[in-house]
Parts: sequence; C-alpha cells; structure tokens
Amino acid sequence: MGSLFDFMLPELKSPMTGASTDALMAFIHIVSFIILAGVSIAMIYFAIKYKRKSENDKTPLITHNNTLEITWSVIPLLLVFVVFGWGYKGWLNLKTVPDNAYEIQVSAYKWGWTFKYETGAQVGNEVHVPAGRPVKLVMQSQDVLHSFFVPDYRIKQDVLPNRYTYVWFQAEEAGESQVFCTEYCGTSHSDMLAKVIVHTEEDFKAWLDEQGTGGGGTPVERGEQLATLQGCVSCHSVDGSDGIGPTWQGLWEQERNFEDGSSEVADQNYIRESILDPGSKIVEGYQNQMVSYEGRLSDDDISDIIEYIKTLEE
Amino acid sequence: MATTEVTPSSSGNVRTLKVKRFKPSEDPKNTYLTDEKGLWAWMTTVDHKKIGLMYLGSVAFFFLLGGVLALLLRTELLTPAKTFIEADTYNQFFTLHGAIMVFFVLVPSIPAALGNFVLPMQLGAKDVAFPRLNLASFYIYVIGAIFTFIALANNGLDTGWTFYTPYSTTSSSSVIWVTLGVFILGFSSILTGTNFISTIHKMRAPGITWGKLPLNIWALYATSIIQVLATPVLAITLLLLTMERFLGIGIFDPALGGDPVLFQHFFWFYSHPAVYIMIVPGFGIISEVITTFSKKHIFGYWAIALSSLAIAFIGFLVWGHHMFTSGQSAVATTVFSFLTFLVGIPTGIKILNWIATLYKGSIEMKTPMLYVFIFLFLFSIGGFTGIMLGALSADIHLHDTYYVVAHFHYVMMGGTLIALLAGLHYWWPKMTGKMYNEFQAKIGAVLIFVGFNVTFLPQFIMGSQGMPRRYYNYIDQFTIFHQTSTIGSYILGVGFLLIAYYLMKSLFTGEKAGSNPWGSRGLEWQATSPPDFHNFDHTPVIINGPYDYHKPMEEFQLGLADSHNGHDPSHEAAEVTAARKKVESN
Repeated sequence: MGSLFDFMLPELKSPMTGASTDALMAFIHIVSFIILAGVSIAMIYFAIKYKRKSENDKTPLITHNNTLEITWSVIPLLLVFVVFGWGYKGWLNLKTVPDNAYEIQVSAYKWGWTFKYETGAQVGNEVHVPAGRPVKLVMQSQDVLHSFFVPDYRIKQDVLPNRYTYVWFQAEEAGESQVFCTEYCGTSHSDMLAKVIVHTEEDFKAWLDEQGTGGGGTPVERGEQLATLQGCVSCHSVDGSDGIGPTWQGLWEQERNFEDGSSEVADQNYIRESILDPGSKIVEGYQNQMVSYEGRLSDDDISDIIEYIKTLEE
Repeated sequence: MATTEVTPSSSGNVRTLKVKRFKPSEDPKNTYLTDEKGLWAWMTTVDHKKIGLMYLGSVAFFFLLGGVLALLLRTELLTPAKTFIEADTYNQFFTLHGAIMVFFVLVPSIPAALGNFVLPMQLGAKDVAFPRLNLASFYIYVIGAIFTFIALANNGLDTGWTFYTPYSTTSSSSVIWVTLGVFILGFSSILTGTNFISTIHKMRAPGITWGKLPLNIWALYATSIIQVLATPVLAITLLLLTMERFLGIGIFDPALGGDPVLFQHFFWFYSHPAVYIMIVPGFGIISEVITTFSKKHIFGYWAIALSSLAIAFIGFLVWGHHMFTSGQSAVATTVFSFLTFLVGIPTGIKILNWIATLYKGSIEMKTPMLYVFIFLFLFSIGGFTGIMLGALSADIHLHDTYYVVAHFHYVMMGGTLIALLAGLHYWWPKMTGKMYNEFQAKIGAVLIFVGFNVTFLPQFIMGSQGMPRRYYNYIDQFTIFHQTSTIGSYILGVGFLLIAYYLMKSLFTGEKAGSNPWGSRGLEWQATSPPDFHNFDHTPVIINGPYDYHKPMEEFQLGLADSHNGHDPSHEAAEVTAARKKVESN
C-alpha cells in the first residue's frame, strides 16, 4: 500500500540515509489517509442522514461521552508516539556519521558552493564522490545562511557562517543528483544549485588525481605551515609535551575539562571557538593568556589547522 | 408580559432576579449604524461594533493587497525561468505577501474584526472593558501599516517574512521600517488581548458562568492569553534587530560576534504561538456555526474549551520545530519534536467533537455550514501534514520545500481564512441587517474549495519531490505542478471576487435580516439586527447555555426587568426611549 504514495518522492539513491524516512512517510500517509477518509465520510453521511426536515426538528441532548473522548485521545496519542520514535530513530541515523566516511570540506557563499578535498583540490558547484562509501560533508558559510539539500538522499542541513555543520550520505551507484540551496539567501537563491556526481571507487580516484593539489598543498600541509607561521606551536606542542597552552597531540575528539567544571568533546566547533574566542573555555590547569585570532586567520585557514590537528594522534 | 423570578445561583449568596422576556424588534428604528453618522463619528467611535467593522474593512483591504501579490507570484511561476518580473522583485513580492498576510490579515482578522463585534454581545455586555483602548488599538494598527507602506515606497523588503539573520542585517532593503511597523502592530495585538481578557472576566451578564460561556469566547480567551504573553518577545526581538543594524551591537550577526540561530529562537518563540493566535479564534467560530446549523448541543463542551487552553500553553513550547535543520542542539531537537506531537492531540480532539456534534442533529447546509465542512476537510489535511513535518527524519527531507508552503496554507488559509469566511457569512446579517444571496454564496464557497485544492495539492507533491520554497527559477521537472497551482490560484481569485460582489450587493439590495435568521440560541442573536448602540435594551439574564437547542426558543431572550441596560432612561436619546417603549408595549 506504501507504493500508493511513491509518486510523491524522487527515486531514493542513498538508502542508508533515506530508507527509514521513506518508510515513515509511507506510514504517515496511509494512516492519515484512512483517518481523513473516515472523518470525511462521517461528515457527509451525517449531513445527508440528519438533513433538516422542518424548522421544528427536535434534537436530542447529547453533551459528552467520556469513553469516546478517552478513546479518540489515547489512540492518536499512541500513534504519534510511534511516529515520534520512528522519526527520532531515522534522525539519529542521519546525525551519526559512519567511521569510515570520506570527508569533504564545503564552503557556501552567495551564490554557489565550493568543495575541497583532502588533496587540496577544489571544485565549484559539483561534488564528486565515490559510490558505495559513506561521504561526510563538513560545511560552513562565508556570508549568510544557506542550506544543503539533496532530495535523492533525503538529507538537508543548514550551513552557518559561525559554526561547522555536517551531513552524510552513501550513494550506492554511479550517477548524478541535484543539490538545492533551501535557506533563502537573496537575489540568486534559486540559482544556487549544484550536482552530486557519483563515480565508482576507481573512477573517483582517477578523477581526484586529475584535479591536482590546487596549488597550495593539501589542507594538512597548509595547516602545519600556518601553525608554525602564526606561532601556534610556540605555546601548543604537537608531541604531547607541556607548554603555555595544552598540547595538540591527541586533542581531536578528546573530552576536555574546563576551569569552570564543564566539559566538552573537542570537535571542529570547539577548536574554531578556541581560536577565535580563546577566553570562553579555559582548559583545567591553564591560564587565560591566548589572544583571539579573529581577523588574522580566514575560515579556510582555521579549517586547515583543524585538519592538521586531526592528524596529531597519540 | 410575564415576569418570572429566577435564582441563577443555588449555592452561597442566593440572589433573586426579576426577569422578563423581551423579544428584539424585527424592524429596529435605531441601530448602531444609524446612531452616529459621518466620517468623524466613525473615526472617534468607541463602539466595539464599529471598531470591529473598521478592522474588517482594513483586513479586507490588506487581504486584497496580499492576494494580488500572491497572484503575481503565481503568474511569475508559470515558466521555469523569468516570466515577467525580475528575481529581486519576486523576492520582494513573496516577502510582502507573507508579511501582509500574517501580520496584517491573519493575526487581526478573527479576534480584532469579528471578535470585537461579537465578544461583548456574546457576554451580554454593552462594550469591551476599555472602549477607548480598543479604539487606540485600531489606530496603532493603522500606524503600523503606514510604516510598512513607507518601507514599500522606499526600497522594498526582500528578507522573507521571517527576517532571518544575518541576511536581514546585511540586506540593503528597508528592514528597519518593516520591523518597526510590525513592532508597533504588536502593541495593537497586546492591547486587544488585554482588553478581551478583562472583558471576559468582568463584563459577563448575570448568569453567564464559565460553564455557560460560548466556545467562541473560550477560543478568544485562549488567544488573548497568547497575544499578551508572546507578542512582547517579538517586540524585543525586532528591537534587538534594529539595534544591531543601527548601533552595530553584535547580537545575531556573526561578523559582530553574534549568533544567527539565536534570532531564529527568538523569532519562533513568538511566531509559533502566533500560529495559534491565528487559528484558535477560528476554532471558536466553527463551534458556534456547527451548533447553530445542526440545531444541536455541542458535543464535549469542556473538551473543546479546555483544548483551546491546552493548545495555548503547549503552543509556547514547540517553537524549535521550525529549526530541525538549523544546527540547534540534538537534545532541543528531540524535545521539540516530542512536544509538537502533544500539541496535535487537542486539535484532533476538537475535530472529532465537532463531527460528533453533527450526529442526530438537524443539519441545514447554509453557506456558513458549508464553510465549516470545508474547514473540517482542509484543516484535517493541514493537521496530518503537520504530523509529517513534526517527525524528525521526514522533516529533514521536507523542511523549506513547497510541502511546508502547502502545509501552512492548508492550516492558515484552509483553516483560519475559511473559518473567517464561515464567521463572516454567519454574522453578516447581524452586522449589516441584510441577507446575502444564498445561491451566489454557495457558488463562491465551491469556487474557493476547488481553487484552493487545485492550488495547494500539487505543492505537496512537488515539495516531496524536492522543490524548495522561495525559488524564482526552478528546474524543468516541476513545471507541470507550478502551472496547475497557478491555475488554481486564478480560480481562488475569481471566488473571492464573487464573494466581495454579493456581499457588497447585499448592503444595497439585500433582503432585510430578522434578529435571528438562523434560529441560534446564542446571546448575540437576541439583540436586533443590526444591534442597538448598547447591544441590548435590557441587561440580558442567562439561565440556559448557549447551545441548549433541546429547549424551546421561548426560554431564551430573558432580560433584567427595569434594567434599561444600566442606563438612566432620562439620559437616552428621545428616539431610543420611543423605540424601547414600542418594544415594551408589544
């Protein structure tokens, strides 16, 4: 019966992210359709059956019926709990990126998209990805809000100017899918389109090699250079030894404990905040000494430094 | 004339009232429309009925404006690329369409226009608690409107009606003027809400206990609570936005150290409850109309009354469901999704109670009732698609697509506006003393129903297929849906023109309406049509409930003997006294 509503959705090309969504949508459609039909039939049936015969029609006094009230409150309540749980489960899956995901950096701007690879290669308005492998997009905006939407994969995420957001998918077969910007961003909002181009694993490698390194080296290399040039490493060691600031070694995705007793996992947003607003979270045992790098490092620079920090494992 | 002695309250301090039956005159000489004449009298009136009509006129004007913009937008969308206007113009048009329809039409439509007219009458009061404040609210609304027109004349506005930062803080259009306009408008809403709450608490006629309040009053009561509590947050948000633009204080703009998502939280903290400000008064109208035209006691009075309050309170806790893709925290997202489903339940309860009211009724399919049926069908679709959008994984796919556009049009237009049309047709004879052409009115209702579905059903499909909202250009695969939708919007336009035509015509050539053409048990129908300046000649006394259709009509129309509605007869105009004497001698 779910196939009744198939015409509503585009072909699903990333079942790992979209299968649960499609099943849930079919479920809600079917249940809604049944209830709506019931309500409409009851309405029309009553209107015909109890059509006014004369001005002096007598109507019975029926004020309420507790059994009915409870029935039609509890059944929908149970149904919406099912819908809530189902939606929550699907959404958790959308938020949980598989460990082996291939990561691509995305930068949105008025009005286009730039995709940057681990090799340093950059492409505009086309993101090439390998088939059969999870792909994680780490996104940020250079100006206003945008939103990354691929209907074929059932994924969408707003792209913000002050924070990293991410989205993942796994396209199973080579082909193309449409990308839309779905957060209104001005004059050419509706032309802010891109394509996901899915290659087989080998074709993708070949394509990536063809792109070269984009001139400035890989993001990790750039990040390492910046860390030296900007003097980061004079306070933050990269080998675990103690310095004025905490070491970068093993920092990535480690639980950080702060002076005020709170704690947080060191992700992209944490590191970005520490660079731009170092005083907001002071790691336990350290002083508030660092100055902000606001204006001295671009968004790209910060992303590259983060890429470098990610490689400094213990 | 028989005088009955009744004891309205059996517990505690027993009071005995002397009650007489007063039949309202079927041919009133003196009404609120003939009482004071001339432009100045209208502009300075403190009569809630005239103020209600002035709101109705303004709302109709803005609806025309917003509607024309909608038709222009739909015409542009006939072809995937440019049809006849530029992208920037298109962006300004959809912004204005949204802002006008939400802030100038939907928010004031039912409470300020119809509510102002019927609320004091349903309470048996002469006016609202603060009549001058009521007039002030109207002028504040007008000033808000003028600010918006200044914005129009200046640069236009292209941010969308949601004013999302940082786009709105960097856009070169007249954001400040419009936000100031909306800020001022908010006060109109707050003051009307305060006025209504006071009136409902303090101005009820003898015998109207909380259990005998018409459900329309319960709905307006719930709405007023939301207006008073939520609107100040919008005011603060818009003020912060203005401060950021003028003074460069970083609140929402990341370039200044602010957080754009914070704006969305503030904005939706008002704007989600505002959805209930728009729809809950519609529920009130449905309860009134459905009982009148099925001549039957409402089913589940307390379920309907209390569900309005439940919606008002839970409605404050669900704003985050507009932000599932915004990057808000995972915990917030989960909680907001859960609460969103809870708010759906009281709404569902109402619909089922209304349908149960029809059971064993004596149903007459007059135009207002036809609109109630249309409402029940369209609003149910709006509700079910709301459940779809509340489900987290489904919302991720559907957010910011035409699915959402269709959903809120089914709720706001299929719900609020259809309820407004039901109420307008229901109270039209009371307001004007004239009947409209029933046949033309039914044609109008059918045109609206057909046009509405042709316009918005295809939008569900293209939204699911991935068509984003606020798009000037679109990819070819969506062409057929857009064109169907545009044709539907033209049918809607014709429907509204027809309604405007026969309503205007009824003013001049319409049949005279009696005081109670529908045979309602509601208190407002026990005054003359159109009502007297002070609504009732004598303070009404209420022994029966507003939905006691199982009791004969003769048990209604009770007035406090010798009350003269609290007025010393020597202060009355001579013709009023004469008219009253004539009534009393009958």
